[in-house]
Amino acid sequence: MGFFDRFRGGPSSRDVAKQRLQLVLVHDRANISPGVLEQIKDEIIAVISRHVEIDREGVEVHFTQDGRESRLVADIPLLGGSRKHQAR
Amino acid sequence: MAARILVVTSGKGGVGKTTAVANLSAALAQLGKQVVAVDADIGLRNLDVVMGLENRIVYDLVDVVEGRCKLRQALIRDKRLSGLFLLPAAQTRDKTAVSPTDMVRLTDQLRSHFDFILIDSPAGIERGFRNALAPADEVLIITNPEVAAVRDADRIIGLIEAEGKGPGRLIINRIKPEMVQRGDMLTTADVVEILAIPLIGIVPEDETILVSTNRGVPAVLNGRSPAGQAFRNIARRLLGEEVPFLSLTPSGGFLQRLKRLAFGGGTEGGV
Repeated sequence: MGFFDRFRGGPSSRDVAKQRLQLVLVHDRANISPGVLEQIKDEIIAVISRHVEIDREGVEVHFTQDGRESRLVADIPLLGGSRKHQAR
Repeated sequence: MAARILVVTSGKGGVGKTTAVANLSAALAQLGKQVVAVDADIGLRNLDVVMGLENRIVYDLVDVVEGRCKLRQALIRDKRLSGLFLLPAAQTRDKTAVSPTDMVRLTDQLRSHFDFILIDSPAGIERGFRNALAPADEVLIITNPEVAAVRDADRIIGLIEAEGKGPGRLIINRIKPEMVQRGDMLTTADVVEILAIPLIGIVPEDETILVSTNRGVPAVLNGRSPAGQAFRNIARRLLGEEVPFLSLTPSGGFLQRLKRLAFGGGTEGGV
């Protein structure tokens, strides 16, 4: 990344390095590759949707970092099932 | 005496482990401590040449482990600095000649005679690294502000934590202030944020390191070496002193060089 890249408003090579490292380390630390993470996501969707109706497209599974501790976070939007039940 | 046993490790090769061990050992000896530097890189001996003691080796670590000599006979005393010793690695053997238990037994024998035992770990995460880590009370992880080195450091930190010796303290070596300034190098803060372990030192990229390695005289003995200054600061921090991290400012720019030419001397120490 040289002067001209910056002139065009691109991120610095330092920023790119930092982002790439943060991403790769999340997977290194958990010993879970992006492919396995996708598989986990599919299996979570399968289990949950056996019991409740969910918005499959909106499901997000990702890692968060707090210092050296990793956390697997799943965000699963429900499809208003509970309200329908109440109406019945 | 009951020595503190420190291992210097990195995962990736070529980031400055041996240089750090040579310089920290010399700096601690300068501060009046009894220090032995142990080269645990069996088969790829290098600490001896970096310290300038290669011509005085008779016995090595494997000779001690296999009982061919007494531990005392294998120790090489540095004539330039009282209190500094080297236990060289074997050059002709492979890492399997020594086990983690051997290393613990060996350093237990040294412990009562020294204030510090510094172990130079081989690169990698295999037997040699396990040997170097086994006897350690404290771990220093050295890295460069560069993606592959930081990634490997992270892996090593994980292994050290798994051994219950973590998290260790971090040395960031070969920082180029000019590159940091123009946004082309990870900053100290970036690396600390990513690795999330305490920092014990930052060392600038410095040509005097190569010159001192050429000569076999540790850079800490050169009062003008910015990296030498950085290693002296780390040694003082190891002794519990609060030494501020000096800000790394670009020193190689045209204007600075011109200024130095015009006004002479005064490199500000750099670190």
